[in-house]
Order: sequence, then C-alpha cells, then structure tokens
Amino acid sequence: MSGPLTMFDTPRAYIGQPVPRADTKRLLQGRGKFIDDIQLPRMLHAAFVRSPVAHGTITGIDVEEARALPGVIAVYTGADIAPHVEPYVGVLSHLAGLRSAPQMPLAVDVTRWIGEPLVMIIAQSRAVAEDAAALVMVDIDPLDAVTDMETALDPATPVIHAEMDSNLAWERTVDVGDVDAAFARDDVTVVERRFRFGRHTGVTLETRGAVAAFDPSEDELTFWYSGQAPHMMQFIFAKHLGLPEENVRVVSQDVGGSFGIKIHTYGDEIATALAAKLLGRPVKFVADRMESFLSDIHARDHVVDGRIAVDADGRIAALAFDDITGIGPFSMYPRTSAIEANQVLNLTGAPYVMENYRANAKVVFQNKNLMCQYRAVGHPIAMAVADGLLEDAAHEIGMDVVEIRRRNLIPDDAYPTQSASGMKLDDLSHHKSLETLVDAMDYEARRAEHAKLREEGIYRGLGLISMVEVTNPSPMFYGIGGAPIASQDGATIRLDAGGGVHVSSSVTEQGQGTNAILAQIAADVFGVPIERVKVTTGDTRTTPYGGGTWASRGAGIGGEACLQAAQALRDQVLEVAAVILQSEPGKLDIKAGAVVDAEGGAERMRLSDLARTVYYRGNELPSDLKPELIATRHYRVTDFPFVFTNGAMAAEVEVDPETGFVQVLNFWAVEDCGRVINPVLVDEQVRGGVVQGIGGALYEECVYDAEGQLQNATMADYLVPMAFEMPDIVVKHVETPTKTSVLGAKGAGEAGTGGAPGAVMNAVNDALRPLGAAIHQMPMTPERVLRALGKV
Amino acid sequence: MSDTRTIRLTVNGETGSYTVPVRQNLVDFIRNDLGLTGSHVGCEHGVCGACSIEVDGDIVRGCLMFAVQADGAEITTIEGLAESDRGAALRSAFSARNALQCGYCTPGMLATALDYVEAGGAADRAAIRAHLSGNYCRCTGYQSIVDAVCDVIEGRVEA
Repeated sequence: MSGPLTMFDTPRAYIGQPVPRADTKRLLQGRGKFIDDIQLPRMLHAAFVRSPVAHGTITGIDVEEARALPGVIAVYTGADIAPHVEPYVGVLSHLAGLRSAPQMPLAVDVTRWIGEPLVMIIAQSRAVAEDAAALVMVDIDPLDAVTDMETALDPATPVIHAEMDSNLAWERTVDVGDVDAAFARDDVTVVERRFRFGRHTGVTLETRGAVAAFDPSEDELTFWYSGQAPHMMQFIFAKHLGLPEENVRVVSQDVGGSFGIKIHTYGDEIATALAAKLLGRPVKFVADRMESFLSDIHARDHVVDGRIAVDADGRIAALAFDDITGIGPFSMYPRTSAIEANQVLNLTGAPYVMENYRANAKVVFQNKNLMCQYRAVGHPIAMAVADGLLEDAAHEIGMDVVEIRRRNLIPDDAYPTQSASGMKLDDLSHHKSLETLVDAMDYEARRAEHAKLREEGIYRGLGLISMVEVTNPSPMFYGIGGAPIASQDGATIRLDAGGGVHVSSSVTEQGQGTNAILAQIAADVFGVPIERVKVTTGDTRTTPYGGGTWASRGAGIGGEACLQAAQALRDQVLEVAAVILQSEPGKLDIKAGAVVDAEGGAERMRLSDLARTVYYRGNELPSDLKPELIATRHYRVTDFPFVFTNGAMAAEVEVDPETGFVQVLNFWAVEDCGRVINPVLVDEQVRGGVVQGIGGALYEECVYDAEGQLQNATMADYLVPMAFEMPDIVVKHVETPTKTSVLGAKGAGEAGTGGAPGAVMNAVNDALRPLGAAIHQMPMTPERVLRALGKV
Repeated sequence: MSDTRTIRLTVNGETGSYTVPVRQNLVDFIRNDLGLTGSHVGCEHGVCGACSIEVDGDIVRGCLMFAVQADGAEITTIEGLAESDRGAALRSAFSARNALQCGYCTPGMLATALDYVEAGGAADRAAIRAHLSGNYCRCTGYQSIVDAVCDVIEGRVEA
C-alpha cells in the first residue's frame, strides 16, 4: 500500500490478534446476565392474550374471570391502555410515499395478524398470568384475510386499512440506461427466472424480553431489555409514554442472540413499560417460544421476476427485475419494513459493471406477522437474483461461472466508483477476493471430480456468489428520514487511579465481541495491557449517546470512536507526564501501563503513579495545569451513505435425486471487511452468518395457511441448521481498509447470511443441471427439489 | 391432589428441601427458586438443549423434567461444573476458539460436550457433531465448538 505511515504500520500487540474475549469466562461459568435472570423486589409478570385469527373485528372482550383469579394484579385491554400511549406509525420521510397505519401496543377494535397482542395480564408469576390469559374470552368477527402477497393489490382483495385505497405500502423504481434497448439487442442471450424467497425468522435462542421498573417519586422508568439499540428505546418510551427523555434509562446487558430481531419496537414491550408505570411496580415480560414465532419480526418473503442479458463475451448488457414483498399489516416501527426492498434495489448486481439496470419493488400489506430488518437486510435476495441469473446465463453461453465474473466484476483499481443503482463504492476488492476463493476451493480440481462422480450417479454442484454488503451506515440510513436512530457513536475513556482504563461506549454487545474489540483498540492505542481495560456498554445513563449495534457498525463506527478517544486520552496523559517529568509530550510515549521515553523506551513513571498524583495530590502540580484524564470522542461516517464491504463465497453440495435432500459438503467464504481487529471473532461471525444463510436456503420457513395461520410455530416444526448437517467452513480474508476512518474497519456481520443462500442455490442448480432440472425457491426443501425434478 | 409437594435434593453439592408446585419444571425451579440462572430456557419442549443439566450423572433436559421428579436426585448445573475442576479444559478451549458468541446456548452446549469428552469420545468431527446435534447454537455455526472439543480430546489445551 502507498500513502503515509499509519499507526498500523508498526506491530500491534492486540489489534489484529486473536485475543480471547474476556466475556467468555463469565458466560462459560453460567454467570451471564440475561433478561430472565433479573429478579427485583415486588416484581410482577406479564402474559399476553394474542389474536387467534389473522383478521377480524373485535366485538367483545370478557376479562372478569381472569381478573378474579388469585394472584392477578391487573388486566388491560387495548381500550384500557389507549389513553396512556401515543400511537406510533412506522414510516420514514426519505422513503417517499411509504405509508402505514397508526399502531397501538394492544389491538383496538380490529386485529390484523395471528399473534397480535390483545390483552395483557399482570400477575404475581408468569404461570398465574398464563392461567388468567386462558380465562379471557375474546369475541372476534372474522374478516377475509389477505395472505397471498401476489394478489394483495388485486381489486378483488380486501383492503386491510380502511383509510387506504389499496394494500400498497410503498413502491420504488430504479431505471438506469436503456434497458429495453439492451434486451432487444440481437447479440445478447436473455435468461429469465422467477425467484421465491420464503418467510423466515431469527429464532434467537434467548427470546425477546424486558423488565420495566417505574419510580413514581422521581417519575423515572428503568427498562432492562434484551436488545440492540438502548438509546433508540429511550426516545421511544419517552415519546409514547409521555416521559421526559432524561427520565428514561434503558439497559441492555447480555443478549442471547439478536440478528436484527431485537432492533425493533414491539407492542408487548411498550405495554410492559406502561404496566410498570401504571402500577408503580417492576414488571417482567419474557416471550415464550411460541410468542417468539408469532411476534418476532419475520424476514424476506419476496417473489422476484428477474431477467439478464449477456453478450457472447459474457458481458452483462442489462439486468432487470420486479420484486414484490409482503410485510404484514403494518410497517414496523420505527425502522420501517420498506428498507429491505430498498436494499434489494440498491444492491442487486452491485458488484458488476452495468450500464442498463431497472428494478421495481412493491411492498404490500398482508395479514401475517410483520416483516422487517433481519441480519443482511435484502442482501440474500439481491445476491441470489443477480448471481443466480449470471450463473444461468454463463451456462447458456457455454462460459465458466468464474470466467463470467472475471469479465463483469468492477476492477479492483476502478475505485472510487458507483454501482448501477448509484451507490458510491470505494476500497473494494472483488477480483482479489474471487481469485482467493478460487484458490482456496481448488476450483478446477473439484469441477473435474464432479464430472467423474456424475458418471457414477452422484450429483454434486458448485455455486459461487460475489457480493457487496452494507456496513457502517451514515445518517443517510435512518436519521435523515426522521427516525430516532443515531448513526454516530461515542466512546469515553478514563484513566483510573489504579492505572487501569475504563471504556464506555454506545455500541452494544450481543456476543459478537464488541467489548473485546473495544478493549483491544483502547489497550493498543492508549498503551496499557488489555487486562487493565474494563468496558461498559448498553446503558443509556452511563454511556455516550449512540446507535447501538445493527447493520455491522460496531467495529467500524464504535471502534473508530474508541480509537479517537484513546488517542485523545493519550495526548492528555502525556501533557501531564511532560510537566511532572520536566520533558516534552513529543519525547514521551505510553507503553504497557507506563510513561516511557519515546526513544529507547526507558520507563519514566507508571500510569498509576501519574493518576494518583493527579487525583490525590494535585498540590504537586503547577496551578495552571488543569489535567483531564478522561476523553470522549464521537464518530460518524460523513462522505458515504454506507461503507460497503465485499466478499466472495462458494458452496459445494450433493443432491440426492431420489429423496430431494441437499447436503452442503463444503463452504468457502472470502471476506474483505477492511482492518481485521480480531481474526477469531471475525471468522466465527462469518461462519455463524453462513450457517444462518444455509438455514434460509435449505430449512427455515414460516409456513402460513390460506387463512393466515402460522403452521410451524415451534422449534420442533421450524427447522434451523444443527451441528450434524453443517460443514466446516473455510474463511479467508482480503484486507482493504476503508479510507473513511483511521481504524479502517468495515463490518462483517452480514456477510454469510447475505451470500450463502445464493451460493447454495447456485450449487444446487449446478448439481441438478445434468438432470435437466432447476430450482429458484428458498428454502430448497426435499419436496421442492423433487418437484423441480418432476418426481412429485 | 395437592398443588405442591416437598422434595429433597442435592444441587452442586448442597442438599436442601423445598416445597415446589407439582407443575413446575426442573429448570424453572433451579433458576427461579435456587437462583442458579446459568441454565437457560430456550424452547420449553425439549428441542434446543439450552437447559441441559446433569441429573444423577445423565444429561437431561431441565424443561422436560418436573422438579418433583428430581426428589432425591443429585444435580450439577453449569455453576457446579465451574466450581469444580470438571470441564476446565473445555472452558479454556471454548474461550480460545471463541466457541460461543452470545453465550445463551453455552451452558447446555458445554454440558453436552463434557458428556462426550468424559465418556472417552474420539476426536471424530462427525461423531462430535452428531453428539451435539440436540443443541441449538444460532451464533457460531458450530465449527469452533467441534474444534474446541477436538482440542481437549487431543490434549492441545491446558485447563
């Protein structure tokens, strides 16, 4: 690399090293602190009566028997809580035309999906609350349910919200170049496919949950929750429960899986906080597994009609598609359910040089659970459509699927540039990543082996994906649209009297290792052993203001803020040290917990001695020296809407044509997330993401019937990847640091979940091709594979 | 029939008698009555393995056993394992391999893995994966867990 030397041109003790996470010790000894572990004096428990029908008019609710049950403290219907909660609407102003209807924590008058909360019971135990819930009688006159998103806009389909003229929530079209002319050229081959992406959900092993406590003497709400965005929740409770924002404290401790499921605001959470406020007692709500399946946001649910035109040299002449996606009866608050379709329009084909691109997305209401952002928002659809069409086109023109990528991927020396959809791209490495992938998987040898195995009746296939990922979002993501979601984050670093360092950051920890990488950065940049760094995250009262963790922003944004703060603290300490040691700041350095000579490294004084002098014996310092041993810095991305990451992935599968079963034999992932702060953490996050992506490709689906009943709301019926079915996953890195920050880190959290589904679909189609079959529907269940083969 | 019954059992070496509702499952009793919150509840119907604990030497699902059924039993939870030397090598290996992310499945996963190691299981990746196939992990992708178990069996890790 060229350019001036940076701090990363000298060896780092921690940044870039596989330092074990301090948090693992705690978690491995059963000392994690998850939501249901919280017990408060006089704490009550909430349970919800949820709608058993997908669409209906509520004609009566009888709660008398429930209220009379011993141990029941309060029973609230939608009408009971309506006077206490300001309704909320999930729209963003920058998504022009997006509409939704006002929502309340508990349905009032009309219920619109199976699982919508109708009545809240507060009792002395969850068991009693559930007993009481079973005694509530709700009368509902069923209305026709809108369940098929493909007919949701037909004139014959009922309109879910009476005040609207149709079930359309949002529509956007991107039209670049002259698409029709490109498809009409006589030197191009055109491939058309219809893709279907089933609904699936996060299945966080710890279900959503919250403990709310209200102190009427101070008008203060404290809300512990298993979630990703504490400051966003602080705003929401203040606004909708009518509290001063500073009187709301939101705390997020250990979070047992989140994946985007826990960045949203759910009615049951607002209702729990309200109950605590009305009763002046702590209230706990922890969803059971069925409630999670019914009410955690669902994801995907798209039908895409796509077309690609390639010339004889394999160059993409045009790409076009129409996407329809069903989001349930409301746009989720406050992030909105239109972001996924928006990302599909932004990202499809983004790795490739393209002049002609047209994409239309229709986002429609339906009577199913709400669909919204989940890990790798829109990415699996975008990648599977573009690379699915591209691989099929390669086969049509008799070109190898690696070769067609080499001819179309944006050159590594072309940056900065922009995608066909207008996304600003910089610091990407598609070609280097592809070649790293091809080497890692021994591509040619595997192709030859597959050809040989086919003669023995064994059907294996390889599928690749080249991808871009949205990471490090700027204020252009949510803030611009009026959402209370910070894109900037802050870190405060304090030198304590004992010589240890305390980091307080607004990004949050959900197991991905946020606390560990913040400690690595602080230790390296400031100059203390990592054991002397303590990290606090997830508390609106004690951390700087920020966005929390979503869209792969913890390392890139939170990490950069931490770096800047550590640098600032270092400067402050050296200023004091120079006075005490009668030297100059520039001649001193901090290493391993001591102030040392910059040249030669001789130790001059321990940090503990310096801190004790400042804190206890200020009389020894000159009066005009006003030492600060605490520094706060904030960071946001300014020049780009997002800092894109790129990667390349490949799957090897074997398809059994007799049973339709697909086994993933091998998986390779090459990821360029810029500066890797901790390779073990990144590798495991990529692997976990790949496995979630394989889940979406092969197993996971929320199956609804025509009446809107969820058919598989248990862990026994909803399949997720387990250890036995999963392959070992090879992870390789290409490191192209982003120039937008000193740290140079981008995100890696979306990678596997975004790319793996397309890679697996391409691999399955590669295996099926000799049999004259193809499948473009996820999950690729055995039955669907057999259908594709014409066997059922 | 009475709604409650008194049971006597030993948990992590500490014996006591407790009056429990007959409908209460074992993991709820351990978490809520004994305050040992290391065992986690994920699905409440025996699928996810997060509540796996040791009862009289066997790994059982704490959500599929009633507390009254544990009358007279000897139980070890993740906290009990941590207080003893048992599982120390696995804990080190899990930490080094980052074989956990959110840590919610970890107590059950560790108990199941320890069961395999202590029974003399081989460092056979497919066999380890089969043994762990009753435990959900939504974060790691399982590979690092298999690596950690192999590290212990092949003596690559010190407790």
